Formats: sequence, structure tokens, C-alpha cells
Amino acid sequence: MTFRSTFLIAALLGSTALAAQGQTLRIGLESDPDALDPDRSRTFVGRIVFTALCDKLIDVTPDLELVPQLATEWTVSEDGRSVDMMLREGVVFHDGTPFDAEAVKANIERSQTLDTSVRKSEVSSIEEVEVVDTHHVRLNLSAPDAPLLAQLADRSGMMISPASFDSDVAANPVCSGPFKFVSRVAQDRIELEKFEDYWNADEISLDGVTYLPIPDSTVRLANLQSGDLDLINRLAATDVEAVESSDSLTYERADGLGYQGITFNTSNGAKSDNPFGQDARLRQALSLTIDRNAINQVVFAGLNAPASQFSSAVSPYFDEAYPVPERDVEQARALLAEAGYEDGLSLEMQFPNMPVSQQVVQMIQAMAAEAGIQINLTAKEFATMLSDQAAGDFQASQVGWSGRIDPDGNIYGFVTTGGGFNDGKYANEEVDRILAEARTVSDLEERKELYHQANQILMEDLPLFYLYNDAWLYGVSNDVEGFSPSPDGMIRLEGVTLSE
Amino acid sequence: MLSYIARRLLVSIPTLILVSIFVFALQQLLPGDPVLALAGEDRDPETLDRLRELYHLNDPIWMQYLRWIGGVLQGDFGQSIRTGLPVADMIASKLPVTIQLAVMSMIFAALIGIPAGIISAVKKGTITDYVANIVALSGLSLPNFWLGIMLILLVSVRWQLLPASGYVPLTEDPLQSIRTMLMPAFVLGTALAASLMRHTRSSMLGVLRQDYIRTARAKGLGERTVVMHHAFRNALTPVVTLAALLFGELIAGAVLTEQIFTIPGFGKMVVDAVFNRDYAVVQGVVLVTAMGFILMNLVADAAYVMLNPRLKAG
Amino acid sequence: MTEAATHNATAAAPIRKPRSRVWGKLLAHRSAMFGAALVSVFILLALAAPILPLADPAAADWAAIRQPPSAAHWFGTDELGRDQLSRMIWGARASLMAGVVSVAIAIAIGVPLGVIAGYFGGWTDAIISRCTEALLAMPFLILAIALAAFLGPSLTNAMIAIGIAATPVFIRLTRGQAINVTAEDYVESAHAIGLSTPVILRRYIFPNVLPPVLVQATLTVASAIIAEASLSFLGLGQQPPAPSWGAMLNVAKGFMAQAPWMAVWPGIAIFLVVLGFNLLGDGLRDALDPRED
Repeated sequence: MTFRSTFLIAALLGSTALAAQGQTLRIGLESDPDALDPDRSRTFVGRIVFTALCDKLIDVTPDLELVPQLATEWTVSEDGRSVDMMLREGVVFHDGTPFDAEAVKANIERSQTLDTSVRKSEVSSIEEVEVVDTHHVRLNLSAPDAPLLAQLADRSGMMISPASFDSDVAANPVCSGPFKFVSRVAQDRIELEKFEDYWNADEISLDGVTYLPIPDSTVRLANLQSGDLDLINRLAATDVEAVESSDSLTYERADGLGYQGITFNTSNGAKSDNPFGQDARLRQALSLTIDRNAINQVVFAGLNAPASQFSSAVSPYFDEAYPVPERDVEQARALLAEAGYEDGLSLEMQFPNMPVSQQVVQMIQAMAAEAGIQINLTAKEFATMLSDQAAGDFQASQVGWSGRIDPDGNIYGFVTTGGGFNDGKYANEEVDRILAEARTVSDLEERKELYHQANQILMEDLPLFYLYNDAWLYGVSNDVEGFSPSPDGMIRLEGVTLSE
Repeated sequence: MLSYIARRLLVSIPTLILVSIFVFALQQLLPGDPVLALAGEDRDPETLDRLRELYHLNDPIWMQYLRWIGGVLQGDFGQSIRTGLPVADMIASKLPVTIQLAVMSMIFAALIGIPAGIISAVKKGTITDYVANIVALSGLSLPNFWLGIMLILLVSVRWQLLPASGYVPLTEDPLQSIRTMLMPAFVLGTALAASLMRHTRSSMLGVLRQDYIRTARAKGLGERTVVMHHAFRNALTPVVTLAALLFGELIAGAVLTEQIFTIPGFGKMVVDAVFNRDYAVVQGVVLVTAMGFILMNLVADAAYVMLNPRLKAG
Repeated sequence: MTEAATHNATAAAPIRKPRSRVWGKLLAHRSAMFGAALVSVFILLALAAPILPLADPAAADWAAIRQPPSAAHWFGTDELGRDQLSRMIWGARASLMAGVVSVAIAIAIGVPLGVIAGYFGGWTDAIISRCTEALLAMPFLILAIALAAFLGPSLTNAMIAIGIAATPVFIRLTRGQAINVTAEDYVESAHAIGLSTPVILRRYIFPNVLPPVLVQATLTVASAIIAEASLSFLGLGQQPPAPSWGAMLNVAKGFMAQAPWMAVWPGIAIFLVVLGFNLLGDGLRDALDPRED
């Protein structure tokens, strides 16, 4: 071998660590975000990128409390029909435009009127944004709207520079967050760099952050192990062991607000006319056959949290009266007999064609069989499953939800008449009434009481039941310090440092 | 020659129209509502209706087709329903990625396939022939994605020699760009090596039977000189044209290779688009790929005719 | 496409060789025989699955998930504690069937269409050929993925999708062959003595187009098995709890770091059986090739 080719090969194979990275944190995400425009964004991973890019009016603590971000304080009027917000002073957008009350007004109006906005329903209760003075706005509402503040702590509350409205926002988002947009290559990377004039710049020590979508969890982990990434989102529960045994990696975990469960078709078209769709006792029986702990141990190495209600145990709205039930095959059999099916019966269940779902439903299939319920499984591609579900072409469906900080976001659309996610078309006037009322009440205790009332009815009717809350798992390089995960699954970069 | 090319291009027009109709029909058959897939976690019924309206999904299929094909004729491939970007721009940005992967894969394929072909032709019928054959076929017989993951685990995780996945543009950092592409190109190249090996072998066998090779041997030239200088040069012509024809296989192979190594190229774009029901992207990529395929066939045929004086005369 | 493009199997072409000589050449072809042996072993295992002393491939043991190979489980256990060896052998049925059935579908549609196009020529040929060219211009796997997504994820649908996607190759091959044969003197004499078209097709055309089709079929079985694995890898193939090698790999890729044996065995099995078909197909081609004497 000649000197030159030896040199070439040595150069090609040279350790990856040699490449200078500066203080840029490289984060592996599970998929490529969609449009980087808060008013058009629909993906979960998009929200993660926005956390670094776009400040919101309100932020959320790990205890799910609403705290100031761009708004320093807010008060809801006695009748719940107006919200007064004081805004942070000295804040500028990435293009130098000052942030003020006019900017808030412009942003909320954009969410309400932009042709492609998917935020319209979230801010529909706002009739008028009144500019009281440069750093004081008043939101005048058509009706009391308790979940509104939580929406303003998410994409509806993200502020983009009004000067950028006329340009293609998704191609070059101009916000006021700790990092500003540099470039994006679809399906490859999104690069952000530190915003020097950030109002809270002291908390930010990174020079930049790069998000890389890597769908395969094995490959994502491999990149972390090889040092090509510093932090990965959605570490597979079964990979935690590999991370723990490594000298250079650790993992972080936070209980999540999202859940996986089984939704039944109770009255959406002809397919709802099956024993499980018509008789709540059978749905209860099926739920009782399931050992939620076993699923958590076998599929998730014990890292998720078994669940049986719409509020996660970390939420203040969790209903202590309904702990996760123990498996009880005898009781399940009794319920089957009571419903007239002592010899057992069968159920069609659809599930997304992904390995984790496959494992979960196979376990359920085996456990249900012990009580005489024969489950016929049909795998569907996710896009197909969604539309089949909306069309009522299912008996039971294994689906989930990524979770919201406000309880309304985790239940209202799923069980109220005409709700966007109510694919089984479950209808119960009492539930509709309670959940509608809960939207108008801002007192925590009073609201809790209402959600517990709804939960009680839903636990009887069981139009859908819950299996587990996904935990947020992150693989983190030892070079990263100061990262702490949060129940909302967002990656916050305040206080995060990277040593070389 | 020019009239031949012009005629061939003309003939390919109906083929392309058929391709466009097939792709369009196929995606209409796909179950799943693009708007639902698109809406993701925001499924407010009003929003869904508005999106349907915005992307003309309520129009009759023939109208959607005409609108699309009308745009394509003016170079407008429509807009990705997911990213909101023009499909033409997306394709333009992916093209260099996939071309780099294709070129590097061909180099690997040639490095494996051509020597294996020569050896097995020269040693025809011996154990060496069979071993060379099996080695070349092995690449074709390994599932791409499996080899890919195994390599990532060994080369990147265990030995930490090469980046596990991703893409660095050649213009940004040539060395890193090549390093990143090394494993995927190897994986794809091994799959193509078998075709190159088969053709090198049969082409070599054909040439080795020729009179001038016997003459060369009779003159007492060393076997090495005979094989490399006389036989191989002449056998190379059909092999070169084959490279162009492997284009289709390359693109098909790139689909999974890009998926595993997370390379933002054509293959990954089209698979993601199928799963997200991003119709405009599927249509655009398949149509452009089909054009590329037809063009490469034309190049191959033209090259074959030009490199082969006997055919020219006839 | 063009002559240069029909490189796959037409080399084994117009002249029919005496059967015994073909057999003799094939039997003497060492790598072909090696390939045949590989394929036979897997076919035998797949056929014998019900009578072999194997664990139930669907019997889960949640207390023994992802166990490395041991005396009790020679190939280890999978993500739900099922015996990997048993699932490998039962999975051979799905994978081999996927290869063979999808090629059978491709032949059943492709060969008649190809013969019709080649024999009758004219407008029929023009229409069939243009459609074939259009389908060939669309990458095989992308076509298969779109078809499989359309039909829904299952083994049967994956076989149909792969079969349809592989059809154009057979149309093109058969058409070229049928044109050659139709031009032969004996077919013209058959016309002259007034034999009917169905008789001519049956007696002269079909038998003469078959040898290259056989070669192509063997090679396509190989790529179809890979294609099934690829579709399963994307979640579009065999669905649980039934095993197939591709589906096993799809699950195993999530455990490559901590349970590599789950991915190693199915990967090796696919490799060996596909290599077998490829070697056999190559050997067949050599044996049927008139120039290789």
C-alpha cells in the first residue's frame, strides 16, 4: 500500500471525535418536524424545536404550573370573560423588532385568521385583543375559557415577529426564543444558534443547537453511542439497560402526560353493532383481563407507568379514587356470564403496524384468551388506521395520545358528542355537560371535582380504557450537564451546558 | 445518431404520461385520508374541511390530475402537503444527495464486481470461479437493511470509526461527506456488484475466445498482459453501458439504505411521503425517477452503439 | 426496453437444447448444485415444521424474554419469550411461500400478456409494451411499497404487491422470446398447415418461451424473498403472532444492541436461502445458454 492511500484511509477512518463541534448541542429526534410556523405546526417534534426557537406568553414547570415567560403576570376577571396580561419589557425578536402589546395582538389575530392556521379552534374564544398600553394587553373572551391559558403556554402563545408575517414564516421563522433559526434541510437537520439579545441570555450557555430527525431508535442510539449526538429523544425503554451499562452515557426519565389505550366503537356506523360496542360490562371484563404491570415489565422494562384513567398520575387532576386495577380473571368471567357470554366471544382489534404496539396487543390477546375473549388482530398502517377509525370501520382500536398539560386537552375531544377524536361516537349528555362546565371554571379545586365526576361516569361506561402512560426517556451523553426532563416532553435548554 | 436520440425521446413521452397516470391512480387507491394524516393531533373538524379545500382534495380525481399535470408541464410539481415546500425545490435539494450515494455505490460495485468477474472468467470452472461467484452473489443476497444495521453496530458503535448515519454536503466538508457516505455506499454497492460481476464475466469469456487473444498468447505474451491489456479493455465496453442500466436498481436499493442510514435523499423522501400520504411528493419523485430511468437507458443504448463500431456500421 | 436492457435472462435463448444435456450441465455445475442444496434444506425444514419436535412458535413465556441461546432454546428467545428456533423454522414457510407465490403471480399475469404481445403484435403489443415500460420505469420497491400500503399490511397482500411489481419483467422477457419464436420457420409452417392459434400457442410458443422464464423465475424468487423482508421491515408484511423472517427482523432491529441473536438468525437464513436461489438461477442460465458450450 502506498503512502498516499494509507494516509487517505487513515483520514477517512479518523475518529469522529476529532471533528470540532464547538458548543453546539446535537439532539436526535424521532421524526422530522412539519412546518416551522407555530400557527401551522401539527407535530409533537415540532413543539420540541419551538421550545428553543419561540418563547410563549406562558411557560409550564415540571409540576405543571403555569409560570411567566413573555407575560410576567396575568389575571382572569371575576366573570372569566377577560384576561389581563402584563408583558415582559426589553424583549426583542430575532430580527430586532421589539416585542410589545401590538405584537401580541397581531400574533393572536394571525392564529385566528391565517388561511392555513390550525390554531383557530384553540383561540376561538378570544373576541378581541385590546392594547391597554405598550406592555399590557387584555383578552376579551366570548365566554369563560379555562383551557385558554394552557393553550397560550403552547403554540397558540408563541410569538413571531410581526415584521416577518409577509414572508414565508415556515422557511425562516423569526421568534424571540433563546435560539434563532439558521437553516433547515428537510429530513436531515434543523440548525439554531444562540440569540445574543435574548432577555434571559444568562441562563443560556450553549452556542447553538442542531436537531437531527433519526426515525429508527436503534440508529438514534447508535449515533449517541458513537458520539455523533449529545442527546436523544425517545430512547427505547428496552435500550435503557444498554445506556446504563455505558461509561459515557446516562439516561433521564420523566413521567409523561400521554397515554396508550383501547378505544371502542360504541355508535359509529354498522360496526358498532357488536357485543363490545353495546355492552359496557364486556369492555370492563376485557379491561379486567389485562395485567397492566406485566405489559409494563415485558415491553417497557418497567419504565412506563401503568394507567387506567385520562389524567396521568403526575397531573393535579389525577383521580385517587381510581387506582390502576389489579388483573382479575374471575371477575372478568363473571361479567361475561352476566352479559350472557359465559362461553366466551370474539372481538376484532386494530393496531398500528409498529413493533411496540405489536408486542402490547399480542400480550393483551393472550391475557384476554384466558377469560374466553378471543381477539382477532388486524395491523394497519397508521394513516389508514386513523381514517378507518374516523369512518367507524373498527370494533376496537389500540391508539394513544401524546398528552396535554390541561385536562381538557386529554379528554374533551375524545368523549364529548361531536368531539374531534371521538371516533367511536360515544355520546352521554351528562359527560358533555360536565366537561363543558369544566371549561368555564378556573378554580382548581372546583375543576378537579368536575373532572372526577366525569371520570366516575367514564369508568362505568368505558368507551375507551387506558393501558399505560408513556414515560419520556432520553439518552444523554456525559458531556451534557444540567438537562432535566419535564412531563410535557419538551427539551428545555436553559441551564444546559456541554463540555468538550 | 442525433435522429436516433430524438426518436427515442419522442417515444418516451407516452411512457411518461402512462407513468404519471399510474402514480396518480395508485395513490388515489391508497387508503387513509391525507388530511387526517396531516392534521395529526389537531383534528378540529373545521380545520380538516379547510385543509381539504385548500389542497383541492374535494375535487374530482380527473380535475386534480389535470391541475397537477398542467403544473408539471410548467415545471411546478405542486406543494408538499406536509412541509408546505414546493416539491420541485425538495427534489432539487435531494438530487445531489442521491447522486453522490449512487456514484459512490457504483465505485464499490465496480471494485468488487469487476475483479471478481475477471478472475472467474479467467479461472472458469475452477474453485476460484465458484468462490468469486459466491462472493459477488453474497452482496445481492444480503438484505440491505440488515447489513446496514449490522455495520452501524460494528463500525460506528463498537469501533467508532465512521459516523452512524446522516449526511454532510460535499461542498461543506468533502472529507466528512465521504466518510458519512462510506457505509451506505458499501451496502448498496455490494448489492449491485453481482450484476457487474456477471456481465464482466460473460463479456470476458466472449473476448477470451476471440482470435486475437489466441494470437497474443501464441506470441508468448504473459497471461497477465493478455488478460489485462488485451481482453479486459475490450470486455469493458458492455460493462460500462451496464452501469447506466443499473440506475433503476440503484434507486430501488437506495429506498431502504437511505431509510436505515437516515440519508435525506430520494428514497427516504418517497417512502416517508407514501406513509404520510403526501401525494404531491410521491408523484413528483416517481415521475422524476422514471424520467431518469428512461434517460439512463437512452444513454446506455447510445453509448453501446457508439462504443461498438460493428453495430454502427450495421 | 432495449436489447441491452433485457440483459437478465434472454441470453438463454432461441434454440431449445435436448433436455438431458441441460440436466447434465446443471448437475455438473458445482455452484448451482450448492445453491440447490441450500434451497432444498430450507424447503425440507419448512415442510417438516409440523412433525419436528419444536416448541409452539406462538407460546410466549413472559418470564423468559430475550434469552440468549441456551440448551433449552438453541437460538434463544424473542421479545415475548417465544422459542426463536421454532419461529425460524415456521417462519421459513412464510418467507419461502412469499418468494414462490409472488413469482407465481408475476408469471401467471406476465407470461400470457407477454406471449399475447409478442405473438399478435400490432396495437395489442403497443398497448401492453407501453404499459410495461411505464411500470418498469417506476422503481420496483417503491411500486411494491405503494401497493402493499394500498392493500394493507399482511403476508398475503405483500405477496400480491411483490407479484404485481415483478410482473413487468416477465412481460418484457416473454414478449421478446415470443417474437423470436414466432419468426421461426416451424411456426410459419404450422400456420401454413392450418393449425389454430390456440394450438400453435400451446404447442410451439409456450414451450419455447419457458426456459428463460424459468431462469428469471428462480432469480426473482430470490429478490422476492428479499422484498418480503424489506416490506416486513417497514411493517407491511407478515403480522404477529405468525412468524416470518422479515417480520422477525423488523422486531429484532429494536433489540440489536442487547439481543443481537434475534436479528442474526433470520438475517443469516434470508441470506442463505436467497443465495441458494441466486446460485441455482445462475446455474440454470449457464445450462440453458447455447453459447456456453
